[in-house]
Amino acid sequence: MEYEAIIGLEIHVQSKTESKMFCSCSTEFGAPPNSQVCPVCLGLPGALPVLNEKVVEQAVKAALVLNCDVLKVSSFDKKIYFYPDLPKGYQISQYYQPLAKSGYVDIKVKNKRRRVRIRHLHMEEDVGKLIHQKGMSLVDFNRASLPLIEIVAEPDIRSSEEAGEFLMCLRSNLRYAGVSECNMEEGSLRCDANVSLRPLGTRKLYTKTEVKNMNSFKHVMKAIEYEIKRQKRSVKKGEAAVLHTRCWDPERGVTVPMRGKAPAPCISHSDLGPVILDEEFIASLRSQLPELPLDRSERFIQQYGIPASDASILTSSKELADYYEECVKLYKKPKVIANWIMSDLLRELKEKDIGIRECKVSPEHLAEMITLIDKGSISGKMAKDVFVEMFETGEKASQIVKEKGLAQISDKEALVKIVDKTLQENPKVVEDYKKGKEKALGYLVGQVMKETKGRANPKLVNKLLEKKLK
Amino acid sequence: MKLNELTAHEIRELIRKGEVSSEEVTKSVFERIEKVEKKINSFVTLTKEEALREARSVDEKIRKKKKISPLAGVPIAIKDNMCIDGVLTTCSSKILENFRSPYDATVIKRLKANDLVFIGKTNMDEFAMGSSTENSAFEITHNPWDLEAIPGGSSGGSAATIASDEAILALGSDTGGSIRQPASLCGVVGLKPTYGRVSRYGLIAFASSLDQIGPITKDVRDSALLMNVISGYDERDSTSCNYPVPDYTESLISDVKGVKIGVPKEYFVKGMDEEVEKSVKDAIGLLEKLGAKVEEVFLPHTEYALATYCLIVSTEASTDLAYYDGVGYGYRAQSRNLDEMYQNTREKGFGDEVKRRIMLGTYVFSHYDYYLKAQKVRTLVKEDFDKVFEKCDCLITPTSPTPAFKIGEKMDDPLRMYFPDIFTVPANLAGIPGISIPCGFTKKGLPVGLQILAKPFAEETILRVAYSYEQNTGWHRRRPAICDSQ
Amino acid sequence: MKISKKDVEYVAKLAKLKLSEKEKEKFTKQLDQILKYVDKLNELDTEKVKPTSHVLPLKNVFREDKVGKSLEVEKVLENAPEKARGFFKVPKIID
Repeated sequence: MEYEAIIGLEIHVQSKTESKMFCSCSTEFGAPPNSQVCPVCLGLPGALPVLNEKVVEQAVKAALVLNCDVLKVSSFDKKIYFYPDLPKGYQISQYYQPLAKSGYVDIKVKNKRRRVRIRHLHMEEDVGKLIHQKGMSLVDFNRASLPLIEIVAEPDIRSSEEAGEFLMCLRSNLRYAGVSECNMEEGSLRCDANVSLRPLGTRKLYTKTEVKNMNSFKHVMKAIEYEIKRQKRSVKKGEAAVLHTRCWDPERGVTVPMRGKAPAPCISHSDLGPVILDEEFIASLRSQLPELPLDRSERFIQQYGIPASDASILTSSKELADYYEECVKLYKKPKVIANWIMSDLLRELKEKDIGIRECKVSPEHLAEMITLIDKGSISGKMAKDVFVEMFETGEKASQIVKEKGLAQISDKEALVKIVDKTLQENPKVVEDYKKGKEKALGYLVGQVMKETKGRANPKLVNKLLEKKLK
Repeated sequence: MKLNELTAHEIRELIRKGEVSSEEVTKSVFERIEKVEKKINSFVTLTKEEALREARSVDEKIRKKKKISPLAGVPIAIKDNMCIDGVLTTCSSKILENFRSPYDATVIKRLKANDLVFIGKTNMDEFAMGSSTENSAFEITHNPWDLEAIPGGSSGGSAATIASDEAILALGSDTGGSIRQPASLCGVVGLKPTYGRVSRYGLIAFASSLDQIGPITKDVRDSALLMNVISGYDERDSTSCNYPVPDYTESLISDVKGVKIGVPKEYFVKGMDEEVEKSVKDAIGLLEKLGAKVEEVFLPHTEYALATYCLIVSTEASTDLAYYDGVGYGYRAQSRNLDEMYQNTREKGFGDEVKRRIMLGTYVFSHYDYYLKAQKVRTLVKEDFDKVFEKCDCLITPTSPTPAFKIGEKMDDPLRMYFPDIFTVPANLAGIPGISIPCGFTKKGLPVGLQILAKPFAEETILRVAYSYEQNTGWHRRRPAICDSQ
Repeated sequence: MKISKKDVEYVAKLAKLKLSEKEKEKFTKQLDQILKYVDKLNELDTEKVKPTSHVLPLKNVFREDKVGKSLEVEKVLENAPEKARGFFKVPKIID
């Protein structure tokens, strides 16, 4: 019998704010332990939560870019369980009335468009950090009560590839909206996967396992692949499926059973009032949203006539897409710019492991450099080196060319002298050429270039040599 | 008359005229405490050094002719469920016996800004769960009128301290009657403001949707003066109301002509004490004679209020008490691993009544329909009041169905323990304000209180009626003789 | 009996309360008594009644996204039953 995998993802993203969800403690990463806490986020007796407005705005933006219906009324609940990273004995979450429902993300896998539905999206607070040591654990509450957005997708995903694509789309949409950094390695995006199998062609849902502890998209995909294989083996052996939680072990590349948490009861939170959103509020947030990656990519294809693959790379982040459009405004050959960005700029960024925002080459500088090539001031080849220099120093191309004496020699008189000298020094090659050995010309051009340390305008050298050798 | 026997407004006059200093008043209060505290046990923590230091600094301000607030220099006792920075805040529970709050509750901040002098923290039922102060993990507070009787609760310490002249002013908190009922049983004035009138930030929660802080005082004027200090919006409490705070002393007018008083039929029930009933009816008669219009009214869902309260309070309490796990603060029992630590800490840290409410509450929230049902009936109880207040300015009822009972008499009978709250609980469910003022004594010499209820934010009506009654009677001036023979 | 000892054990586990056998029996009896009493509420038809979770109309009580002062670390850890190097310390967790 053939089986298909049914995969549902549950994602938590940390939303970007200055202060925590219910108090004014800073959200900054990397502070000394327990230095960003107060009576509220420490859960001291008597302290009360007050909701950060920005948290609501960010969650609504997330809901909008994931095509969710934002509900007019949502409210907060206490999710009750005991764990040392949870200072109050309950987590403030939205259970009975979440912020948003019924969204979707469209993905493209193997050129097929698929829709992954989102069941609901809600706000909740993060817990503290535990450090396990021998015989004890240490608790840091700096992270406690940072704002999270939980996104629960319907089990519409059928493969690890689709899961990866879904996560990429979700991430780029949320990043575009400025909601979250969505960095899995740093924990600002976390993902659990529910995986089950069912006979192909049937509609019923079967017993699933929940897989946790993946810390990159790649690991999510690997863990899902492993889990599908494992379940197939298990089915073949005739084992009965049991609902349980499994932990991904990235070193061994396997999932192993772990103790899952019992479902925690929820009860409405009487210290926090409901969130009631009107159309106007939602519309104003909607108007602040940028064009989303998929739309922007399509517009790039149309407007700039670049290939789909280029558009997809250039719109992978909002900053990069903005950069590209800034360049295109200054220099009107979109494909040329696209090539420079995709080959040279992205390579350098990757090598230095920095983002486009930290890049020293401004759109103006890139445009100027390409203009220098067009004007014949530098060769395309030389420009590659100039670009690396620009990337390092942040200087303008013209400045670098001047300082390093890299300007192309397009002065005919100066070149004629060098050409003459070269011809005199290579009588044998000249003879060969005259005998019809066309390749000899290339050698001569090379010699001239060598003599000028590559600065001679190659087209002009060609022309001059051909003329002299006639 | 000794200074500690005066009211706050009397002391205020003397301080203003320069006839006494805050230090003298504070000293007289501590002298009294030294004399009677052994018999009353109203305090769990005393802060004499800090109090005297604060009193001297107020006196210094007065000497330097700096502007001071009306209650500056007046000693005040605080129920031990309100956080004062650097001071033990225990809720009379073992689980918090060493908890020194690192922050001030908003009411404490307000009192500090007005230069009141904190003399100590008063005893209470553990986490405010109870109506007798017998549920304190530390000590039993005695009723100054009969040392073998309970002072009521849960703010029993605050009420007893006022009745025995150990303090000039006190703060209590009221979740189901915890200010009004002990005030009634101790013969003092206790006001529960409208839910949202006084910030709860820094008040250790018993049941968040019902809790409210309020004054326990010797007379109605002191209540109004203290309300002026503690009321108002607080951005740290989402449930606090941004609603203007009047000068409550302006409603102290001895005139009830034309005031429409409703007397709810359901508040005169079987099982209530005859003497209590008579005192309250006499009081209503007096108000009628003074020109009030009295009318019988109906609050048909009253009989369901106690069951509703019981469910809501336990459910909220059990989640609010999830804070206490031995991780960040408070008591921690020695244990080999985490789960053991939770179990042992909570087993040893909480008393019997607290455990019972946690158990009930946990059962209820894991059976959500119970809670939902209670929330729905809560709506009905509230609507009863809404309807009645369309035609009445206020309601008058007994505060407690009986006077103070003997210590130990009702322990460990879970249902009877709720009985003292039957007349006070509905106001918490509806969020409306209520006051208890003395309205007589039983033949055995125990105080009886009457309760005045009004619609949300109508504290002024309550104060006016209470003041008028007080001015035409003298109950509030009686003081117990705490004699050695008792 | 509405409530069994098993219910009490389940609830105690959820609430992290260790109970002795005697307490279990006592609470079984008492909770049963209370729940029978609150069953009184079922006399009322509340199908069309809206539940009250806040007595006063509350909505959108927000604070501005501004960073304020946190507690000093000494004060944070002042009440900690056990601490180490700026962290709260708890016994080992057995899952």
